[in-house]
Amino acid sequence: MARRGLLLLRQFLRDSAAASSSPLPLRALASAESRRSVTYMPRPGDGAPRAVTLIPGDGIGPLVTGAVRQVMEAMHAPVYFETYEVHGAMDTVPSEVIESIRKNKVCLKGGLATPVGGGVSSLNVQLRKELDLYASLVNCFNLPGLPTRHQNVDIVVIRENTEGEYSGLEHEVVPGVVESLKVMTKFCSERIAKYAFEYAYLNNRKKVTAVHKANIMKLADGLFLESCREVATKYPVIKYDEIIVDNCCMQLVSKPEQFDVMVTPNLYGNLVANTAAGIAGGTGVMPGGNAGQDHAVFEQGASAGNVGNQKIVELKKANPVALLLSSAMMLRHLQFPSFADRLETAVKRVILEGKYRTKDLGGVSTTQEVVDAVIAALD
Amino acid sequence: MAVRRLLQRSSINQISSRVLPSFSHSFSSAASPSEPIRATLFPGDGIGPEIAESVKQVFNAAGVPIEWEEHFVGDKVDPRTESFLTWESLESVRRNGVGLKGPMATPIGKGHRSLNLTLRKELGLYANVRPCYSLPGYKTRYDGVDLVTIRENTEGEYSGLEHQVVRGVVESLKIITRQASLRVAKYAFHYAKTNGRQRVSAIHKANIMRKTDGLFLKCCREVAEKYPEITYEEVIIDNCCMMLVKNPALFDVLVMPNLYGDIISDLCAGLIGGLGLTPSCNIGEGGIALAEAVHGSAPDIAGKNLANPTALLLSSVMMLRHLKLSDKADQIHNAILSTIAEGKYRTVDLGGSSSTTDFTKAVCDHL
Repeated sequence: MARRGLLLLRQFLRDSAAASSSPLPLRALASAESRRSVTYMPRPGDGAPRAVTLIPGDGIGPLVTGAVRQVMEAMHAPVYFETYEVHGAMDTVPSEVIESIRKNKVCLKGGLATPVGGGVSSLNVQLRKELDLYASLVNCFNLPGLPTRHQNVDIVVIRENTEGEYSGLEHEVVPGVVESLKVMTKFCSERIAKYAFEYAYLNNRKKVTAVHKANIMKLADGLFLESCREVATKYPVIKYDEIIVDNCCMQLVSKPEQFDVMVTPNLYGNLVANTAAGIAGGTGVMPGGNAGQDHAVFEQGASAGNVGNQKIVELKKANPVALLLSSAMMLRHLQFPSFADRLETAVKRVILEGKYRTKDLGGVSTTQEVVDAVIAALD
Repeated sequence: MAVRRLLQRSSINQISSRVLPSFSHSFSSAASPSEPIRATLFPGDGIGPEIAESVKQVFNAAGVPIEWEEHFVGDKVDPRTESFLTWESLESVRRNGVGLKGPMATPIGKGHRSLNLTLRKELGLYANVRPCYSLPGYKTRYDGVDLVTIRENTEGEYSGLEHQVVRGVVESLKIITRQASLRVAKYAFHYAKTNGRQRVSAIHKANIMRKTDGLFLKCCREVAEKYPEITYEEVIIDNCCMMLVKNPALFDVLVMPNLYGDIISDLCAGLIGGLGLTPSCNIGEGGIALAEAVHGSAPDIAGKNLANPTALLLSSVMMLRHLKLSDKADQIHNAILSTIAEGKYRTVDLGGSSSTTDFTKAVCDHL
């Protein structure tokens, strides 16, 4: 590990000598941002490179994870990737992948395609259940410079990730009648509520909204609400309220600025996260991740479109912004805040400038062009 | 498709006859113009009675041959129906075959069946049809919305079958049957055909709920084969949500199971301006139709003459089309659209300052 650190250091010194001669034009755009914040004082050894499991995935996955790799190298970030091939068509996630994530504690992944209507169960869900990644987080916010129908959006959707409608317990009662069990437990509802309030507390958020359908599913969602209310009493500074899921979707498309942090059970979280991502600029730009007690897996925030379609893969026009911002979240999670800030600033600069945008943001660039622009914008 | 939309926008008349549903013979009841038709009216709670009054006034002014049978929600639970609605009210709808319902409040918590669920189960109302189209003259963030959501109304996640397994563990059953899925799929394609719609999209989450939503999709595919002229596609629900908020013009007719239908139809209502402007109609076996206003009972503005009757008025137009009183339906629909497009008389929720009675009078004047 020390030898690798030395290699990186040598490379860094070599490159910075070369880079000082060519000025970066994009720096002038936001000179106020590059002023340093209060210094982060590391513990000795914090700079040692960390191993991160990387799962390229299916479809556009390899493209966008390749983009992250390139940017990490350009930044000389103290992470190195251990890559494992996993495809949605496999039966289960290979055990060596799970072992690697257990060892490294952190993983970055692209989307895994799930076959529709029978056969294999979703590998995304399997991974989450195996590692007990019980909280899924998506941060949906307006990027400056990106025109959208809604302004002032800054919503974080925290979604319970292991139970609820995704229990996978289905059976055919008689031919033509199928039952699916939605399981809600106090244990899981309590821990996701605790995670949501803790997140709000640590990130200076003012309000937590619980999304439910307890007027119809009185026992199941009623249990979820009870847990949220109990946890809310322990955080008196944070405002807490509740909203029914259909009203919530309606409010999201008309007045999204009223929401701050939202905590939801599994299925509603999926819908709300994708809706919120759509109104704030699209799923191609929203970062997110899955967190558990011991492990964290970072991926594109909202699940729609994380595998893309054949055309985007062939033309290499996938949007890497979501995964780049998720990798910035990952760097912060690994306690490299300065690298995370630099990456985020560079990505935001590129979006603000508007010259290099992929098709879902209204532009015509390829993935590689956006990556090159981000690397050029790094300071 | 763009040309079709252009032709529509050129006159309100064309919008009214194309977008609001006309139901074919097997799915509706014919009306004889000579004697008045009896229809059940549930004014409901909160602002319900005021807006029901609005509908009555407009129907009188237009000379619609309908005789209303009013029924109210009781204040104690009727054991025959396990809810606050009496058996007599339900019998009245069954007899008349058509009805109009105002908003009814559903209390959160345990105890009895929700009123809306009771109506659906007892009357066998299996499909909820909600056309969402941008109202000319009332601008929202989304233009050119023109879609119809058809939601399976009887089973799915709303079966009401929940129980506590042990302390702190609750199970809720989601039921999907072949019979109900086929029924709603058949209605959706039939609706698309009779109203000139090109595309039907089935919304599902079959990558996770493989057997239940898988069965729903299988039934939709079977029915789709019988209608080769209509394009059929399947969209996963998270994709659908995202596409709806980015570009709602991508969708035409949407058919969905119960829970997704609830959420998506409210999302679409939000795109065009909210529940105060959205009509809705429930279709039952044997051609029963119960048009309803889907907004809440708004107890805070009840009795203050501030409520917006548009939703209930547009739903009553859907009811008239079901009864094949198309010319009266067109007349009233055009009157409503011109009043809103004109912008002079708008209720508070649309940004104006008119009262309910002023708006109603303006609609009557436009007839």
